[in-house]
Amino acid sequence: MEVPILKQGLHLIATVQSALSDADLLQLRDALVESVGRMRARGVIVDVTALDVMDSFATRILRDIAYMVRLRGAETVIVGIQPEVAFAMAQFGLRLEGITSSLDLEEGLAYLDEKTRRRPNP
Amino acid sequence: MPSSRGGKVIHTKASRFLPHPAESDSARLSELVSHLSKNRTQLREEWLRRITGAELLQAMTKEELFAEATSVYDSYVEALSTGTLEALQAYARNLSERIIPRGVETNEVVGIVLLLRDVLARSLFAKYQEDFPILNKVLDAYEPAANRIAITVAVGFVQERERVIREQQEAIRELSTPVLQVRNRLLILPMIGLIDPARARQLTEQLLRGIRTTRAKVVVIDITGVAAMDANVANHLVLTVESARLLGATVIVTGLSPEIAQTLVNIGVDLGKMHTVGDLQGGIEEAERLLGYKVIPNRESDGE
Repeated sequence: MEVPILKQGLHLIATVQSALSDADLLQLRDALVESVGRMRARGVIVDVTALDVMDSFATRILRDIAYMVRLRGAETVIVGIQPEVAFAMAQFGLRLEGITSSLDLEEGLAYLDEKTRRRPNP
Repeated sequence: MPSSRGGKVIHTKASRFLPHPAESDSARLSELVSHLSKNRTQLREEWLRRITGAELLQAMTKEELFAEATSVYDSYVEALSTGTLEALQAYARNLSERIIPRGVETNEVVGIVLLLRDVLARSLFAKYQEDFPILNKVLDAYEPAANRIAITVAVGFVQERERVIREQQEAIRELSTPVLQVRNRLLILPMIGLIDPARARQLTEQLLRGIRTTRAKVVVIDITGVAAMDANVANHLVLTVESARLLGATVIVTGLSPEIAQTLVNIGVDLGKMHTVGDLQGGIEEAERLLGYKVIPNRESDGE
Protein backbone atom coordinates (compact mmCIF):
# COMPACT_ATOMS: atom_id res chain seq x y z
CA MET A 1 0.00 0.00 0.00
CA GLU A 2 1.36 3.35 -1.02
CA VAL A 3 2.04 5.92 1.68
CA PRO A 4 0.57 9.36 0.97
CA ILE A 5 2.97 12.29 1.30
CA LEU A 6 1.39 15.60 2.31
CA LYS A 7 2.94 19.03 2.27
CA GLN A 8 2.42 21.13 5.37
CA GLY A 9 4.18 24.48 5.29
CA LEU A 10 7.88 23.83 4.87
CA HIS A 11 7.53 20.18 5.82
CA LEU A 12 6.47 16.90 4.30
CA ILE A 13 4.36 14.45 6.26
CA ALA A 14 4.25 10.77 5.39
CA THR A 15 1.68 8.88 7.44
CA VAL A 16 1.99 5.12 7.37
CA GLN A 17 -1.54 3.71 7.40
CA SER A 18 -0.94 -0.01 7.68
CA ALA A 19 1.80 -2.62 7.78
CA LEU A 20 4.26 -2.09 4.93
CA SER A 21 5.94 -4.66 2.73
CA ASP A 22 9.62 -4.27 1.91
CA ALA A 23 8.70 -2.99 -1.56
CA ASP A 24 6.37 -0.37 -0.02
CA LEU A 25 9.18 0.82 2.22
CA LEU A 26 11.56 1.20 -0.70
CA GLN A 27 8.87 3.04 -2.62
CA LEU A 28 8.32 5.36 0.37
CA ARG A 29 12.04 6.05 0.60
CA ASP A 30 12.35 6.93 -3.08
CA ALA A 31 9.20 9.06 -3.09
CA LEU A 32 10.22 11.02 0.01
CA VAL A 33 13.78 11.69 -1.06
CA GLU A 34 12.56 12.79 -4.45
CA SER A 35 9.80 15.03 -3.05
CA VAL A 36 12.17 16.82 -0.67
CA GLY A 37 13.97 18.35 -3.63
CA ARG A 38 10.92 18.89 -5.78
CA MET A 39 8.89 20.60 -3.06
CA ARG A 40 11.84 22.40 -1.48
CA ALA A 41 10.92 20.97 1.92
CA ARG A 42 12.97 21.75 5.04
CA GLY A 43 11.67 18.91 7.15
CA VAL A 44 10.24 15.42 6.80
CA ILE A 45 7.98 13.65 9.28
CA VAL A 46 7.39 9.92 9.06
CA ASP A 47 4.41 8.96 11.22
CA VAL A 48 4.51 5.30 12.25
CA THR A 49 1.68 5.37 14.82
CA ALA A 50 -0.17 2.65 12.94
CA LEU A 51 2.75 0.22 12.97
CA ASP A 52 2.75 -2.38 15.71
CA VAL A 53 5.81 -4.17 14.38
CA MET A 54 9.12 -2.67 13.34
CA ASP A 55 11.65 -5.11 11.91
CA SER A 56 15.30 -4.63 11.07
CA PHE A 57 14.57 -3.85 7.44
CA ALA A 58 12.06 -1.14 8.31
CA THR A 59 14.51 0.34 10.79
CA ARG A 60 17.25 0.37 8.17
CA ILE A 61 15.02 2.04 5.60
CA LEU A 62 13.95 4.71 8.11
CA ARG A 63 17.61 5.37 8.85
CA ASP A 64 18.41 5.51 5.12
CA ILE A 65 15.55 7.98 4.60
CA ALA A 66 16.85 10.21 7.39
CA TYR A 67 20.42 10.19 6.08
CA MET A 68 19.43 10.69 2.44
CA VAL A 69 17.02 13.49 3.33
CA ARG A 70 19.76 15.19 5.32
CA LEU A 71 22.06 15.00 2.31
CA ARG A 72 19.30 16.65 0.32
CA GLY A 73 19.20 19.50 2.84
CA ALA A 74 16.29 18.66 5.18
CA GLU A 75 15.70 17.16 8.63
CA THR A 76 13.77 13.96 9.40
CA VAL A 77 11.70 13.12 12.48
CA ILE A 78 10.13 9.73 13.16
CA VAL A 79 6.95 10.16 15.20
CA GLY A 80 4.43 7.91 16.93
CA ILE A 81 6.51 4.86 17.80
CA GLN A 82 4.35 2.78 20.16
CA PRO A 83 5.79 2.02 23.61
CA GLU A 84 5.81 -1.74 22.97
CA VAL A 85 7.43 -1.24 19.59
CA ALA A 86 10.04 1.06 21.13
CA PHE A 87 11.00 -1.47 23.77
CA ALA A 88 11.10 -4.32 21.28
CA MET A 89 13.37 -2.24 19.03
CA ALA A 90 15.70 -1.48 21.94
CA GLN A 91 15.70 -5.14 22.89
CA PHE A 92 16.63 -6.35 19.43
CA GLY A 93 19.27 -3.67 19.05
CA LEU A 94 17.43 -1.81 16.28
CA ARG A 95 18.84 1.64 16.87
CA LEU A 96 17.85 4.80 15.07
CA GLU A 97 21.26 6.37 15.56
CA GLY A 98 21.46 10.07 14.95
CA ILE A 99 17.77 10.27 14.09
CA THR A 100 15.31 12.30 16.08
CA SER A 101 12.10 10.65 17.15
CA SER A 102 9.16 12.40 18.77
CA LEU A 103 6.04 11.34 20.58
CA ASP A 104 3.50 12.38 17.96
CA LEU A 105 2.86 14.55 14.93
CA GLU A 106 2.45 17.74 16.98
CA GLU A 107 5.76 17.20 18.73
CA GLY A 108 7.47 16.42 15.45
CA LEU A 109 6.18 19.61 13.84
CA ALA A 110 7.25 21.66 16.86
CA TYR A 111 10.71 20.13 16.66
CA LEU A 112 11.07 20.84 12.95
CA ASP A 113 9.82 24.43 13.33
CA GLU A 114 12.41 24.98 16.04
CA LYS A 115 15.11 23.42 13.89
CA THR A 116 14.30 25.44 10.74
CA ARG A 117 13.98 28.67 12.70
CA ARG A 118 17.52 28.22 13.99
CA ARG A 119 18.80 27.67 10.47
CA PRO A 120 17.17 30.40 8.39
CA ASN A 121 16.55 30.02 4.71
CA PRO A 122 19.61 30.94 2.68
CA MET B 1 18.09 -47.09 77.35
CA PRO B 2 14.59 -48.48 77.04
CA SER B 3 14.69 -47.92 73.32
CA SER B 4 17.85 -50.00 72.87
CA ARG B 5 16.28 -52.84 74.83
CA GLY B 6 13.10 -52.49 72.80
CA GLY B 7 15.19 -52.50 69.64
CA LYS B 8 16.58 -55.93 70.43
CA VAL B 9 13.11 -57.31 70.97
CA ILE B 10 12.06 -56.30 67.46
CA HIS B 11 14.61 -58.59 65.94
CA THR B 12 14.04 -61.63 68.14
CA LYS B 13 10.31 -61.81 68.67
CA ALA B 14 8.42 -59.25 66.60
CA SER B 15 9.37 -60.68 63.23
CA ARG B 16 7.40 -63.83 63.96
CA PHE B 17 4.26 -61.89 64.72
CA LEU B 18 3.96 -60.14 61.38
CA PRO B 19 2.37 -62.50 58.90
CA HIS B 20 -0.16 -59.87 57.72
CA PRO B 21 1.37 -56.54 58.58
CA ALA B 22 -1.40 -54.40 57.13
CA GLU B 23 -4.15 -56.19 58.99
CA SER B 24 -2.39 -56.23 62.36
CA ASP B 25 -1.35 -52.58 61.87
CA SER B 26 -4.92 -51.46 61.45
CA ALA B 27 -5.95 -53.48 64.49
CA ARG B 28 -3.20 -51.81 66.53
CA LEU B 29 -4.22 -48.44 65.18
CA SER B 30 -7.83 -48.85 66.30
CA GLU B 31 -6.61 -50.02 69.68
CA LEU B 32 -4.44 -46.94 69.78
CA VAL B 33 -7.32 -44.66 68.79
CA SER B 34 -9.58 -46.04 71.51
CA HIS B 35 -6.77 -45.54 74.03
CA LEU B 36 -6.36 -41.90 72.91
CA SER B 37 -10.12 -41.25 72.99
CA LYS B 38 -10.46 -42.74 76.45
CA ASN B 39 -7.66 -40.64 77.91
CA ARG B 40 -8.57 -37.55 75.94
CA THR B 41 -8.94 -35.14 78.87
CA GLN B 42 -5.85 -36.24 80.69
CA LEU B 43 -3.60 -36.32 77.61
CA ARG B 44 -4.85 -32.97 76.43
CA GLU B 45 -4.10 -31.44 79.84
CA GLU B 46 -0.63 -32.93 79.78
CA TRP B 47 -0.06 -31.57 76.30
CA LEU B 48 -1.25 -28.08 77.26
CA ARG B 49 1.02 -28.14 80.29
CA ARG B 50 3.96 -29.01 78.04
CA ILE B 51 3.08 -26.23 75.57
CA THR B 52 2.96 -23.67 78.36
CA GLY B 53 6.17 -25.07 79.81
CA ALA B 54 7.96 -24.70 76.49
CA GLU B 55 6.61 -21.12 76.20
CA LEU B 56 5.08 -21.79 72.80
CA LEU B 57 2.15 -19.88 71.27
CA GLN B 58 2.37 -17.08 73.81
CA ALA B 59 0.55 -14.82 71.38
CA MET B 60 -2.66 -16.66 72.33
CA THR B 61 -4.69 -16.46 75.52
CA LYS B 62 -5.17 -19.52 77.76
CA GLU B 63 -8.76 -19.99 76.61
CA GLU B 64 -7.87 -19.76 72.95
CA LEU B 65 -5.02 -22.17 73.45
CA PHE B 66 -7.35 -24.62 75.17
CA ALA B 67 -9.91 -24.41 72.38
CA GLU B 68 -7.30 -24.81 69.64
CA ALA B 69 -5.57 -27.63 71.49
CA THR B 70 -8.85 -29.50 71.81
CA SER B 71 -9.56 -29.14 68.09
CA VAL B 72 -6.03 -30.15 67.16
CA TYR B 73 -6.18 -33.15 69.49
CA ASP B 74 -9.51 -34.32 68.06
CA SER B 75 -8.41 -33.82 64.45
CA TYR B 76 -5.20 -35.65 65.29
CA VAL B 77 -7.04 -38.65 66.68
CA GLU B 78 -9.48 -38.53 63.81
CA ALA B 79 -6.63 -38.54 61.29
CA LEU B 80 -5.15 -41.57 63.06
CA SER B 81 -8.45 -43.44 63.08
CA THR B 82 -9.58 -42.69 59.52
CA GLY B 83 -6.14 -42.67 57.96
CA THR B 84 -7.09 -39.63 55.86
CA LEU B 85 -5.39 -36.30 56.26
CA GLU B 86 -7.83 -34.03 54.42
CA ALA B 87 -9.74 -32.84 57.49
CA LEU B 88 -6.56 -32.20 59.43
CA GLN B 89 -5.01 -30.47 56.43
CA ALA B 90 -7.98 -28.15 56.10
CA TYR B 91 -7.90 -27.45 59.83
CA ALA B 92 -4.16 -26.76 59.74
CA ARG B 93 -4.62 -24.30 56.89
CA ASN B 94 -7.49 -22.61 58.68
CA LEU B 95 -5.49 -22.41 61.92
CA SER B 96 -2.47 -20.97 60.09
CA GLU B 97 -4.64 -18.34 58.46
CA ARG B 98 -5.83 -17.24 61.89
CA ILE B 99 -2.52 -17.26 63.76
CA ILE B 100 -0.02 -16.03 61.16
CA PRO B 101 -1.21 -12.40 61.44
CA ARG B 102 -0.59 -12.67 65.19
CA GLY B 103 3.09 -13.35 64.68
CA VAL B 104 3.16 -17.07 65.37
CA GLU B 105 6.40 -18.59 64.11
CA THR B 106 6.90 -21.82 62.19
CA ASN B 107 8.91 -23.36 65.02
CA GLU B 108 5.98 -22.85 67.41
CA VAL B 109 3.51 -24.65 65.20
CA VAL B 110 5.90 -27.50 64.47
CA GLY B 111 6.83 -27.48 68.15
CA ILE B 112 3.29 -28.03 69.45
CA VAL B 113 2.60 -30.83 66.97
CA LEU B 114 5.84 -32.57 67.94
CA LEU B 115 4.96 -32.08 71.60
CA LEU B 116 1.62 -33.77 71.08
CA ARG B 117 3.36 -36.58 69.26
CA ASP B 118 5.72 -36.92 72.21
CA VAL B 119 2.96 -36.80 74.83
CA LEU B 120 0.98 -39.51 73.05
CA ALA B 121 4.05 -41.67 72.54
CA ARG B 122 4.88 -41.44 76.25
CA SER B 123 1.39 -42.48 77.21
CA LEU B 124 1.82 -45.49 74.92
CA PHE B 125 5.12 -46.32 76.63
CA ALA B 126 3.38 -46.10 79.98
CA LYS B 127 0.50 -48.29 78.89
CA TYR B 128 2.52 -51.05 77.26
CA GLN B 129 5.66 -50.96 79.35
CA GLU B 130 5.08 -54.53 80.49
CA ASP B 131 4.90 -55.88 76.98
CA PHE B 132 7.58 -54.78 74.58
CA PRO B 133 6.46 -56.79 71.52
CA ILE B 134 3.04 -55.18 71.68
CA LEU B 135 4.56 -51.75 72.29
CA ASN B 136 6.69 -52.25 69.24
CA LYS B 137 3.75 -53.13 67.09
CA VAL B 138 1.71 -50.21 68.38
CA LEU B 139 4.60 -47.89 67.64
CA ASP B 140 4.98 -49.42 64.17
CA ALA B 141 1.45 -48.28 63.49
CA TYR B 142 1.68 -45.02 65.40
CA GLU B 143 5.02 -43.59 64.27
CA PRO B 144 4.41 -43.36 60.48
CA ALA B 145 0.95 -41.92 61.00
CA ALA B 146 2.20 -39.39 63.55
CA ASN B 147 5.06 -38.40 61.25
CA ARG B 148 2.69 -37.88 58.35
CA ILE B 149 0.45 -35.74 60.52
CA ALA B 150 3.36 -33.61 61.76
CA ILE B 151 4.58 -33.11 58.21
CA THR B 152 1.07 -32.24 57.01
CA VAL B 153 0.58 -29.57 59.66
CA ALA B 154 4.05 -28.09 59.15
CA VAL B 155 3.72 -28.01 55.39
CA GLY B 156 0.25 -26.50 55.68
CA PHE B 157 1.58 -23.75 57.89
CA VAL B 158 4.57 -23.01 55.67
CA GLN B 159 2.41 -22.97 52.54
CA GLU B 160 -0.01 -20.56 54.13
CA ARG B 161 2.89 -18.37 55.17
CA GLU B 162 4.33 -18.42 51.69
CA ARG B 163 0.96 -17.47 50.28
CA VAL B 164 0.84 -14.46 52.61
CA ILE B 165 4.38 -13.48 51.62
CA ARG B 166 3.55 -13.78 47.93
CA GLU B 167 0.53 -11.56 48.37
CA GLN B 168 2.57 -8.97 50.22
CA GLN B 169 5.27 -9.02 47.57
CA GLU B 170 2.65 -8.35 44.95
CA ALA B 171 1.28 -5.45 46.99
CA ILE B 172 4.75 -3.96 47.48
CA ARG B 173 5.46 -4.35 43.79
CA GLU B 174 2.38 -2.36 42.91
CA LEU B 175 2.95 0.30 45.52
CA SER B 176 6.56 1.01 44.90
CA THR B 177 6.61 1.97 41.25
CA PRO B 178 4.98 5.36 40.90
CA VAL B 179 5.59 7.53 37.86
CA LEU B 180 5.24 11.11 39.05
CA GLN B 181 4.74 14.26 37.09
CA VAL B 182 6.52 17.18 38.77
CA ARG B 183 6.18 19.77 36.05
CA ASN B 184 4.49 19.98 32.73
CA ARG B 185 6.27 17.41 30.55
CA LEU B 186 8.66 16.31 33.29
CA LEU B 187 8.31 12.88 34.89
CA ILE B 188 10.15 11.39 37.84
CA LEU B 189 10.50 7.67 38.37
CA PRO B 190 11.96 6.92 41.79
CA MET B 191 13.16 3.33 41.95
CA ILE B 192 13.38 1.91 45.44
CA GLY B 193 14.37 -1.47 46.79
CA LEU B 194 15.24 -4.66 45.07
CA ILE B 195 14.73 -4.64 41.32
CA ASP B 196 14.19 -8.09 39.86
CA PRO B 197 13.63 -8.71 36.15
CA ALA B 198 9.85 -8.87 36.58
CA ARG B 199 9.74 -5.53 38.39
CA ALA B 200 12.13 -3.97 35.90
CA ARG B 201 9.83 -5.02 33.09
CA GLN B 202 6.84 -3.58 34.88
CA LEU B 203 8.67 -0.30 35.55
CA THR B 204 9.56 0.05 31.89
CA GLU B 205 5.99 -0.57 30.85
CA GLN B 206 4.67 1.98 33.31
CA LEU B 207 7.24 4.57 32.31
CA LEU B 208 6.66 4.24 28.58
CA ARG B 209 2.92 4.40 29.08
CA GLY B 210 3.41 7.42 31.36
CA ILE B 211 5.45 9.19 28.71
CA ARG B 212 2.64 8.65 26.22
CA THR B 213 -0.19 9.81 28.44
CA THR B 214 1.54 12.85 29.95
CA ARG B 215 3.43 13.72 26.75
CA ALA B 216 6.63 14.00 28.76
CA LYS B 217 9.77 15.33 27.14
CA VAL B 218 12.16 14.63 29.99
CA VAL B 219 12.20 11.78 32.48
CA VAL B 220 14.38 11.59 35.58
CA ILE B 221 14.95 8.03 36.79
CA ASP B 222 16.30 8.18 40.33
CA ILE B 223 17.95 5.00 41.54
CA THR B 224 19.36 6.30 44.83
CA GLY B 225 17.16 3.76 46.63
CA VAL B 226 18.52 0.80 44.71
CA ALA B 227 21.56 -0.66 46.41
CA ALA B 228 22.62 -2.97 43.63
CA MET B 229 21.37 -4.45 40.41
CA ASP B 230 22.64 -7.39 38.42
CA ALA B 231 23.83 -7.15 34.84
CA ASN B 232 20.47 -8.31 33.56
CA VAL B 233 18.53 -5.51 35.23
CA ALA B 234 21.22 -2.93 34.42
CA ASN B 235 20.90 -3.93 30.80
CA HIS B 236 17.16 -3.53 31.08
CA LEU B 237 17.67 0.01 32.40
CA VAL B 238 19.75 0.84 29.33
CA LEU B 239 17.01 -0.58 27.09
CA THR B 240 14.44 1.54 28.91
CA VAL B 241 16.48 4.68 28.28
CA GLU B 242 16.78 3.68 24.64
CA SER B 243 13.07 3.05 24.18
CA ALA B 244 12.12 6.29 25.91
CA ARG B 245 14.32 8.07 23.42
CA LEU B 246 12.39 6.45 20.58
CA LEU B 247 9.25 7.97 22.10
CA GLY B 248 10.94 11.34 21.91
CA ALA B 249 11.76 11.69 25.62
CA THR B 250 15.15 12.35 27.13
CA VAL B 251 16.03 10.23 30.14
CA ILE B 252 18.28 11.45 32.93
CA VAL B 253 19.47 8.80 35.38
CA THR B 254 20.43 10.04 38.83
CA GLY B 255 21.82 8.61 42.05
CA LEU B 256 23.94 5.80 40.68
CA SER B 257 25.74 4.03 43.49
CA PRO B 258 29.37 2.97 42.95
CA GLU B 259 28.25 -0.66 42.69
CA ILE B 260 25.71 0.10 39.98
CA ALA B 261 28.19 2.29 38.14
CA GLN B 262 30.56 -0.67 38.21
CA THR B 263 27.87 -2.98 36.84
CA LEU B 264 27.04 -0.56 34.04
CA VAL B 265 30.71 -0.23 33.09
CA ASN B 266 31.08 -4.01 33.16
CA ILE B 267 28.22 -4.56 30.72
CA GLY B 268 29.80 -1.92 28.48
CA VAL B 269 27.15 0.79 28.51
CA ASP B 270 27.38 3.45 25.81
CA LEU B 271 27.80 6.63 27.81
CA GLY B 272 26.91 8.74 24.79
CA LYS B 273 23.32 7.52 25.12
CA MET B 274 23.05 7.53 28.87
CA HIS B 275 22.57 10.91 30.46
CA THR B 276 23.53 10.71 34.14
CA VAL B 277 23.62 13.30 36.92
CA GLY B 278 24.89 12.80 40.47
CA ASP B 279 21.75 13.26 42.53
CA LEU B 280 18.03 13.83 42.11
CA GLN B 281 18.31 17.58 42.71
CA GLY B 282 20.93 17.89 39.97
CA GLY B 283 18.78 15.73 37.72
CA ILE B 284 15.71 17.91 38.16
CA GLU B 285 17.75 21.06 37.59
CA GLU B 286 19.16 19.58 34.41
CA ALA B 287 15.67 18.55 33.30
CA GLU B 288 14.35 22.05 33.93
CA ARG B 289 17.20 23.45 31.87
CA LEU B 290 16.35 21.10 29.01
CA LEU B 291 12.69 22.15 29.20
CA GLY B 292 13.60 25.83 29.36
CA TYR B 293 12.46 26.44 32.93
CA LYS B 294 14.37 28.80 35.14
CA VAL B 295 13.84 28.81 38.88
CA ILE B 296 14.21 32.28 40.38
CA PRO B 297 14.13 32.73 44.18
CA ASN B 298 11.38 35.03 45.38
CA ARG B 299 13.13 38.08 46.90
CA GLU B 300 10.41 38.89 49.40
CA SER B 301 10.39 35.49 51.03
CA ASP B 302 14.14 35.05 50.67
CA GLY B 303 14.91 36.86 53.92
CA GLU B 304 18.37 38.04 52.86
